[in-house]
Amino acid sequence: MARYALRRLPSIALILLLVSAIVFVAIHVLPGNAATLILGEYATPEALRTLEREMGLDRPLVVQYASWIGSVVTGDWGVSLAMKQPVATVVGYRLRNSAFLAAAALAVVIVVGIPLGTLAALRRGQPLDLAIVTATYVGISIPEFVTGLLLLLVLAGPTLHWLPTSGYTELASGVAAWARHLVLPALTLTIVLLAHVVRQTRSGMADVLTAPYIRTARLKGASTRRVVLRHALRNGLLPTITVLALDLGYLMGGIVVVEEVFAYPGLGRLIVYAVQNRDVPLLQMCALVVASVYVLANFAADLAYAWFDPRIRYS
Amino acid sequence: MRRSPALAVGGLILAIVLVLGVAAPWIVPYPTTEQHMLERLKPPGARFVLGTDQYGRDLLSRTLVGTRPALLLGLGAVALGLTVGVPIGLLAGYAGGRLDDVVMRVVDAMLAFPSLLLALLIITALGASTGHALLAIGVANAPGVARIVRSATLSLREAEFVLAARARGERHLYVMFGEIFPNVLAPVVVEATLRVGFAIVAGASLSFLGLGVQPPTADWGLMIREARQYVFVSPWPLLAPGTALAITIVAFNLFGDGLRDRLGAA
Repeated sequence: MARYALRRLPSIALILLLVSAIVFVAIHVLPGNAATLILGEYATPEALRTLEREMGLDRPLVVQYASWIGSVVTGDWGVSLAMKQPVATVVGYRLRNSAFLAAAALAVVIVVGIPLGTLAALRRGQPLDLAIVTATYVGISIPEFVTGLLLLLVLAGPTLHWLPTSGYTELASGVAAWARHLVLPALTLTIVLLAHVVRQTRSGMADVLTAPYIRTARLKGASTRRVVLRHALRNGLLPTITVLALDLGYLMGGIVVVEEVFAYPGLGRLIVYAVQNRDVPLLQMCALVVASVYVLANFAADLAYAWFDPRIRYS
Repeated sequence: MRRSPALAVGGLILAIVLVLGVAAPWIVPYPTTEQHMLERLKPPGARFVLGTDQYGRDLLSRTLVGTRPALLLGLGAVALGLTVGVPIGLLAGYAGGRLDDVVMRVVDAMLAFPSLLLALLIITALGASTGHALLAIGVANAPGVARIVRSATLSLREAEFVLAARARGERHLYVMFGEIFPNVLAPVVVEATLRVGFAIVAGASLSFLGLGVQPPTADWGLMIREARQYVFVSPWPLLAPGTALAITIVAFNLFGDGLRDRLGAA
């Protein structure tokens, strides 16, 4: 297992390096460099050139990239132009808040999605299956900002008013208030994720349930419960692991919109803020963090896959 | 080939959406920017079938006309994604070896970005507008398209009709676009159809964030952005464009899934 992980490391490192190059290229090669963004459109050419020299923007791109990567790796993430705070501090705090949100959503998805998908697979073609499949289809199709606002309308509206409409309370100032602010954004993310996981679990389990070894288990008189829990889940869930990792990627994109809907101070809202204020140092670190989390999540999923399916380790 | 209800239902809804989108400017009861200041945030009624928004603008008219930017952006962005992604995928799959390795590494790295984030990076550099949103979402779609085309091409690389074409001395460019491309068309069409739905969501998301279509254009994402503030006063400014958006996306997904079953593509 450890050898398999080690073997994969160089390619993970390479992907991370490429990811950072893409962030750099997207921001620096396109028209309008950081100096122009800081000074505005009407800056004199001399002022621009002076600032460019100060910021090192007159150096060749490769040199700029190398020095940027150097400082990122050594922990110097620069200072946000709009917030006047160290990027590392801001991103760290927001990343933690987003992690709460993502963890809450993923937990609900695993606890609800896998049983629901298994149930649909067991009742394949019956009304219950059809209902589950249709519901997930609609769940996938409605954009999260619509789902979020609908949930807001119902659960936080004047009639029910169960939950706060938006914002955030620090964990330190009370778990209950903190959790209440987490419910709506987490629930919104859950609905889309649930659809993915239910569909994948359903098709994975449906394939496995028709396999000969499952028929053997049934024939020797094992109960459905035992067949599912002991025999089918282990194989049927393998593809679901991959979907969960991909979903983490979706979560990283989904939080951009969902956090904006509920004014939740996470990484997603920080990205929107950085884009609106054209805060390049902030944006490039946010983008790098999001993409890195995704790459590492996929790596973790590969490891989990290899753990469950030893054939992968030796191929 | 089995009959596919998804294909028929999706196709029918899409046809209706398309017709409404094209005909919208001529069939709407009110101009989209006409304000009725005494009739703000009205619920559906005889005069305003779907109610009015915070400026007293007719929601039915705005929702119908909003079909246009949604379809334009969805179809335009996917067309752009195909234009960039298909040649890259064909080249990587056909050339193989070192070139394939390098191109696919870069594509994989680009796929590590949620497509909305990739679009946001581009918007930051270019500024917010409808055209830039289309460009950004189009480019963000290219790596996914390239990956699909590349894997389909790879499976045909040693096919007999390809080897035959090369043996009779055809140019590589002809083999790629004249021989291989027609045979990878099925998965590409399926992928493209499904991507239109996602592109519409991405475009609406950008408008919702204030980084796409700008006011006072009638656009679903923008309408929902403006509806948010008044959602507890009147839900109709949210429900009208929200429902239109959901129906359109369901239709594209149904149609795409139906096509996949029909064409037997992965």
